[in-house]
Amino acid sequence: MARFTAENTTLAEDIIARYPVRRSALIPLLHLAQEQDGYLTEDAMEHVAELVGVTTAQVLGTASFYEMFKREPVGDYVVNVCTNISCMLRGGEELLEHLEERLGIHAGSTTADGKFTLEDVECIAACTEAPCMQVNYRYFHRVTHDQVDELLVDLRAGKRAHEVPRHGTLSRVRQQIPEDRRAGVARPDRNVEPAWLARNSTATEAGT
Amino acid sequence: MTEAAGDTGDNGKAIPRIVTSRWDLADGHTLERYLDTGGYGSLRKALESMTPAQVHEEVKAASLLGRGGAGFPAGVKWGFCPPGVFPRYLVVNGDESEPGTYKDRILMERDPHQLIEGVLIACYAIGVGQAFLYVRGEMALAQERLAQALNDAYAAGYVGRNILDSDFSVDIVLHWGAGAYIVGEETALIESLEGERGLPRLKPPFFPAAKGLYMQPTVVNNVETLANLPWVIDHGGAGFADLGAESSRGTRLFAVSGHVNRPGVYEVEFGTTTFRDLLYGAEYGDGIVDGNRLKAFIPGGASAPWFFEEHLDLPLEAGAVGAAGSMLGSGAIVVMDERTNAVKAAWRVVRFFARESCGKCTPCREGTTWLEKILRRMLDGQGRPQDVNKLLDICDNISPSITWPPKQTTICPLGPSAVSPIASALIRFQDEFFAYCGGEPVEITVPVGGKAYIAAPPTVGAPS
Repeated sequence: MARFTAENTTLAEDIIARYPVRRSALIPLLHLAQEQDGYLTEDAMEHVAELVGVTTAQVLGTASFYEMFKREPVGDYVVNVCTNISCMLRGGEELLEHLEERLGIHAGSTTADGKFTLEDVECIAACTEAPCMQVNYRYFHRVTHDQVDELLVDLRAGKRAHEVPRHGTLSRVRQQIPEDRRAGVARPDRNVEPAWLARNSTATEAGT
Repeated sequence: MTEAAGDTGDNGKAIPRIVTSRWDLADGHTLERYLDTGGYGSLRKALESMTPAQVHEEVKAASLLGRGGAGFPAGVKWGFCPPGVFPRYLVVNGDESEPGTYKDRILMERDPHQLIEGVLIACYAIGVGQAFLYVRGEMALAQERLAQALNDAYAAGYVGRNILDSDFSVDIVLHWGAGAYIVGEETALIESLEGERGLPRLKPPFFPAAKGLYMQPTVVNNVETLANLPWVIDHGGAGFADLGAESSRGTRLFAVSGHVNRPGVYEVEFGTTTFRDLLYGAEYGDGIVDGNRLKAFIPGGASAPWFFEEHLDLPLEAGAVGAAGSMLGSGAIVVMDERTNAVKAAWRVVRFFARESCGKCTPCREGTTWLEKILRRMLDGQGRPQDVNKLLDICDNISPSITWPPKQTTICPLGPSAVSPIASALIRFQDEFFAYCGGEPVEITVPVGGKAYIAAPPTVGAPS
C-alpha cells in the first residue's frame, strides 16, 4: 500500500518534465507504480493523481481501461498465452490448456502460492512464431509443452531472473535525456516556428 | 524457444532490403553497428544539403504509403498541417496489435536506430517541436532496445538540442501503452498519450494534422512507414518510386503465419510477387503444412475480408487487392488449411474485436459482443437456424450493406472489422454454419455486398 518511494518520486518528476502537459505522464507513472509494487495500489494511484494534477477518480478511469494495469495483486509471474487466430491455428489453445493443467488453475486466475497468474490473451505480435507466450512480458516463441514444463520448473526455482524480471518491470533501461542535450518540451500554448523551418521558409511556403 | 527468433526476409532475390538490411546482424540494434552500416547518413544529408521542403518533396515523390493499415500517403498526410500553427507534434505509432501482424516489433527490436533516424527526418521536414514514440506496452524488449538506442543517440549528438551541430533540435520521448488494441487508432493513440482512456475522437471536424495532441497539429505515422525514410532520403524519392507497383511503391513487410511450412516476416517488393509466391514459394511460406489444401487466407490483418484459392495469383499491391474486395492492411497474411473449422476461426477473430471494443459506439460495443456470443453458442452446440441471418443482420447494423470498403455506423473502423470474418466465412462456408445451426440449409436473406465475400457462387440462397 505504497506511495512512491523518494527515489521513485524523483524519477516521476523527471518523467513528468519530459511532457508539455503533466497529465501525459499518467500512464508512464502508473507503470512506475506497478514496477514498484507489482500491481497498482490505491495509495500509489492517489500519489500519481497528486503528481500529475488530476483526481484519483480520473487516474482510476484511465488505469481501468488498460489491461496491463492490475488493481489487485497478481502472481510473481504473469503468463500470457496467445490464442488469437495465428496461434490458434498452431496450437495456442492446446498450450493454454496444458498450462491450466500444469498450474491447476483456469486462465484468469492465480495459483494459491501466488507464483503464477495465467492469462488467455489477444495477439501479442509474434504471429509467425506461433504458438507464443509471454512471462512478465518476455517472449517465448514456438513453444512446445516440454519447454513450458521446463520453464515452470526453472521459474519456481527462481532461475531465469535475468531473462524474466519481476512483474511490473518492463524496460530495464530507462530513457535518460542529458541536460546539455535536451531540446526541451514544445508547449502547446507557444506558437513559435522552429528555427530550421523559419530559416528555410518563404512567405508562400509558410513552412509546409 | 528463443527471444527475437524468426525467419528473416532473406529471399535471395535482387530486390533491395530497404527496412530489413540489419535484421541478420546480431548487433544490428547498436549505435556502433548502425553507424558502420551507413546509419545517420541520411539525416546528415538532409540537414547539410536539403531544406525541410525538399525532404518533404522527396517523400511525396516516393509515394510512400502508410504501413499501419490504412495506407494513406505519408507525404500527403504531412502536408495537412496548417501553415503557421506551431508547435507541431509527431507521434510514432508502435502499438502493433492487429491479429496476424508482426513487423513493427521486429523493426523496433532489431534496428531501433533506423526508426529513430526516420523520426528525425520526419521532424526536420515537418518542423516538429517534439516527438513521442509510443510503443505497445507488452513489448518490453522493444522498449529496452529503443531506450538504449535513444540514450546512445542523445549522447552522440543525433537527437536533442542542435542535432549534428545544426539549428535542428528535437526531443524524442519514449512512451509506452498498457494494453489496448484500440490505441492503434490514431486519435485514440493521442488520447492515450494525453493520459486518458483510449477512446477514438469523432472526426470530422478535427483531424490530427490540424488538431491532434493538445489540440495542436499532429502527425501520427506508423513505425514501418518511418523506418523507410532513411532509404528514401539516401536513394531519392524517385529511386523508391521505381520499386513496386503503380498503386504501391517500394517494398513491404509481410508476416506470413498460420498453416505454412515456413512462417516468417518477409520484405517483398510490391507488385512483383503474388500471394501464391508468398504462400508456396520455397523462399517464403514454402507451401501448406502436411501438403494440405488451402482453405482461406486473410490477406491484410484480422480486419480484412478473407481471400481464397482464386485470389492466389493477385499481385501484392494495394490496387489489385482493393479491387478484389479486400486489403493489404497491416501486411499480415494468415493462412488456414482445409482442416480449419471456419466457424471457429471466425469466432476467434470476432472475440478479439468484442474484447477490444472501447465501448464508445453502441453498434460496435453491443454488436461485436452479440456476434461473439452467437458464434460461441453455435460452437457449443446450441445454434439455431435463425442464427445465420441474425449474424448477418447484426453485421449490417454495424456496417450497412456489408460492403468493402466498409461503411460504418461507428466513429472508428473497429466495429466494421468484426464484420469481415463473419461475412467471409459465412458466405463461403455456408454448409459449416448450417451444420451448427440445426443442420438444414437456410435461405440467406440479408444482402451482402463486399466483392470478396461473394466472389464464389454461393451454394444456397443467393443474396437478394
